[in-house]
Amino acid sequence: MSVALDLAPATEAEVAEVLADCHARRTPLRLTGGGTRVENRAAGETLSLSRLSGVVTYSPGEMTLIARPGTPLPEIERMLAAEGQALAFEPPDMRPVLGGNGTPTLGGTVAANASGPRRLLVGACRDHLLGVRFVDGRGRILKNGGRVMKNVTGLDLSKLLAGSHGTLAVLTEVVLKTLPLLPARTTLAFPGVTEDIALRIFTTALSTPYEVSGAAHVGGAAYLRIEGLDGQLAYRRDRLLALLADHRPEVMDEAPWQAIRDVAHFAGGGPLWRILCKPSDAPGLCDRLRRMGGDCSLDWGGGLIWYHGPGNPRALAPYATLVRREGAEGPAFPPLPPAVARLQDGLRRSFDPAGILNPGLMDA
Amino acid sequence: MSIAMPTPDAGVIARGPQIVAALRAVLPPDAVIDDPQETRAYECDALTAYRCPPLAVVLPRSTAEVAAAMRICGQMGVPVVPRGAGTSLAGGALPTADCVILGTMRLREVLEIDTDNRFIRVQTGVTNLSVSAELEPYGFFYAPDPSSQLACTIAGNIAMNSGGAHCLKYGVTTNNLLGATVVLTTGEVVELGGPELGPAGLDLLGVLCGSEGQLGVVTEATLRILPRPEGARPVLIGFDSPEVAGECVANIIRSGVLPVAIEYMDEPCLRAVEAFAKAGYPDCPAVLIVEVEGSKAEIDDQIARIRAIADALNPVEFRESRNADEALAIWKGRKSAFGAMGRLGDYICLDGTVPVGQLPYTLRRIGELSRQHGLEVANVFHAGDGNMHPLILFNANKPGDLARAEAFGFDILRLCVEVGGCLTGEHGVGVEKRDLMGDQYAPDDLAIQMQVKDVFDPGWLLNPAKVFPLDASAAHRARAAE
Repeated sequence: MSVALDLAPATEAEVAEVLADCHARRTPLRLTGGGTRVENRAAGETLSLSRLSGVVTYSPGEMTLIARPGTPLPEIERMLAAEGQALAFEPPDMRPVLGGNGTPTLGGTVAANASGPRRLLVGACRDHLLGVRFVDGRGRILKNGGRVMKNVTGLDLSKLLAGSHGTLAVLTEVVLKTLPLLPARTTLAFPGVTEDIALRIFTTALSTPYEVSGAAHVGGAAYLRIEGLDGQLAYRRDRLLALLADHRPEVMDEAPWQAIRDVAHFAGGGPLWRILCKPSDAPGLCDRLRRMGGDCSLDWGGGLIWYHGPGNPRALAPYATLVRREGAEGPAFPPLPPAVARLQDGLRRSFDPAGILNPGLMDA
Repeated sequence: MSIAMPTPDAGVIARGPQIVAALRAVLPPDAVIDDPQETRAYECDALTAYRCPPLAVVLPRSTAEVAAAMRICGQMGVPVVPRGAGTSLAGGALPTADCVILGTMRLREVLEIDTDNRFIRVQTGVTNLSVSAELEPYGFFYAPDPSSQLACTIAGNIAMNSGGAHCLKYGVTTNNLLGATVVLTTGEVVELGGPELGPAGLDLLGVLCGSEGQLGVVTEATLRILPRPEGARPVLIGFDSPEVAGECVANIIRSGVLPVAIEYMDEPCLRAVEAFAKAGYPDCPAVLIVEVEGSKAEIDDQIARIRAIADALNPVEFRESRNADEALAIWKGRKSAFGAMGRLGDYICLDGTVPVGQLPYTLRRIGELSRQHGLEVANVFHAGDGNMHPLILFNANKPGDLARAEAFGFDILRLCVEVGGCLTGEHGVGVEKRDLMGDQYAPDDLAIQMQVKDVFDPGWLLNPAKVFPLDASAAHRARAAE
């Protein structure tokens, strides 16, 4: 039996056993979920969480989903859609970008705090995470938060674990808020506009109360998505069309939101960077990034830049994460101010004293 | 008085004059208060049953002054209790006799309003309501709206992760907080987050928000702002039974209409409100107020959907508001509920949260517990997110009544945990619910939280004796004192 199969626990208790053992032996582990990511440079044996799968409870009337981390995302999306609900933060499918051929999982989504275009309106994955069960680096089975919408009982470790990329603990159960899928949607497209114009369009649209749920710029076109109840949609569309008439909007019924979510336009090869910035800085940054020889797209109303190309964008934009390496050098995560880095290291040592969980994965 | 506080450090109290002198050396003269006449004003927050004057009070005006005060306290081993406006219902700002109160109320500046990037940056002593007032000319608002919003500060909102009536749609503070300037007990100033939509590394801001002053003092905050909705309108729905009202809440949520608020009032509350505010509410066991937002046509459409859902459940009354006055009339009773209850006597207000499906059962059990404890209880709460607000009535002048009320309250909170909910949805643990944390969390679950505090506040000087049961934290505190 291969090492990988040895470390594929099917229960929380087995996860705890594996971690307690690895903690004692100081054996580093490389966590994987559904295998959508090819590269994980962390040293050590592979700990697969794909068998820790299945929905524990789904209560549509309470808008809550409890599931184990290895549960495939498509399975969850189908189940929620049958009740007219969804994970509103639009978890992306990063396979086209990351090159893996596995299946995206709920745990991977939470561990990466991965959120799609609707993050702009409804918040990120972490904003929908109500509670977690997890095993820390010592092998202790722990819980935090719960399954209710409002909860300030003690420190919120769910937020800390979301986006920690498996460097603090192994998630064994996650509780997420589900939301009604709005029945009607439409898109305004603005072909042939620069990032500068796109940003003006975004700023205007996002200053209205029409709840724009997507604002992206891809391949020289800007897109705005509006969603709502049947009665709301036409009104919101018409108001936005009037407000933005100078930019010649076109109404699209079938718009590429899934492709935008999955960054499909930068699928394939070459280094890919995810850059967070103040939206108004985005057009200038894109100009300078392109001078390094690559190409850019915008999401989240300009708050997220995808840069596909050579060079290191960190000199221009500090909040840059290398998502697909393909030859690019240096750490994947951006450097942090010393005081923040010290707190982060302290937390790592608290959660995982032997440093066995994805060691170095988030190093800056 | 059933909640124990640790014995104050006699050494710190003895060094009081030196501590005050050291603080005076780094802060402006009017920023340090040690006259017992004046420090008395800080002896409690809105949990008035518990009081203790602090050693001294500092009222800094800038991050640099907060850092200077924190550095002195850190070096001299003095506990620091951060305080916003002192509106905590959970004793989150209750002093100890050996502590310095660090008040944020003079941190009053609005630093930056950036509607293009949809944020506002403020010093954290500004009040919640004034943030939205600042934004009004721009057509924007700040979403969290705790009922104390006239008085409570952003600092306190961040410490308690405050919610409000409208968080069903807009989320609570943590969902609307983009960045924070934090001062640690070393006096170090740390910037977490900013206008960008996400952290560069671990989400330290996420664990800071709602940490009840256990990790650091937040002096500046970057808050997400939203365009004001075109309009909002409430409807009032009366039901024959709490169960049917609960069913109506679940059906509305499932239907895809996402109201900004769904408020619930039970019979004792309705009676008190009627006697006090004469809001003209129907005489029935349960009333819902549901508010929706949008343009006139959007509101009409959503209300029609809600009416169809309610009609299927045979409501006693379905009252629409046709204009602003009628909308105010619908909200009038709800908004005066706490005042109305206050006229009936002293009360404790709890905020345990339960899964929405468990509301009817929880309400029934609270009724049974009320008879068992021989104390009246009224329920008025945010039904859409299961955030209960049972108000337990008692007489503070009657010996033993407070203790009975607290025992009743503890039973309600244990019930909330038992049905899958939590001890507190928005008020925080403070001292009030500290000793119930073991009902919600296993020892290891608390240990990992305290290990997070170890990292941020290794001396365990910040906001002592809150959140973590004293026996659970004893080892951490002992290690910190070494």
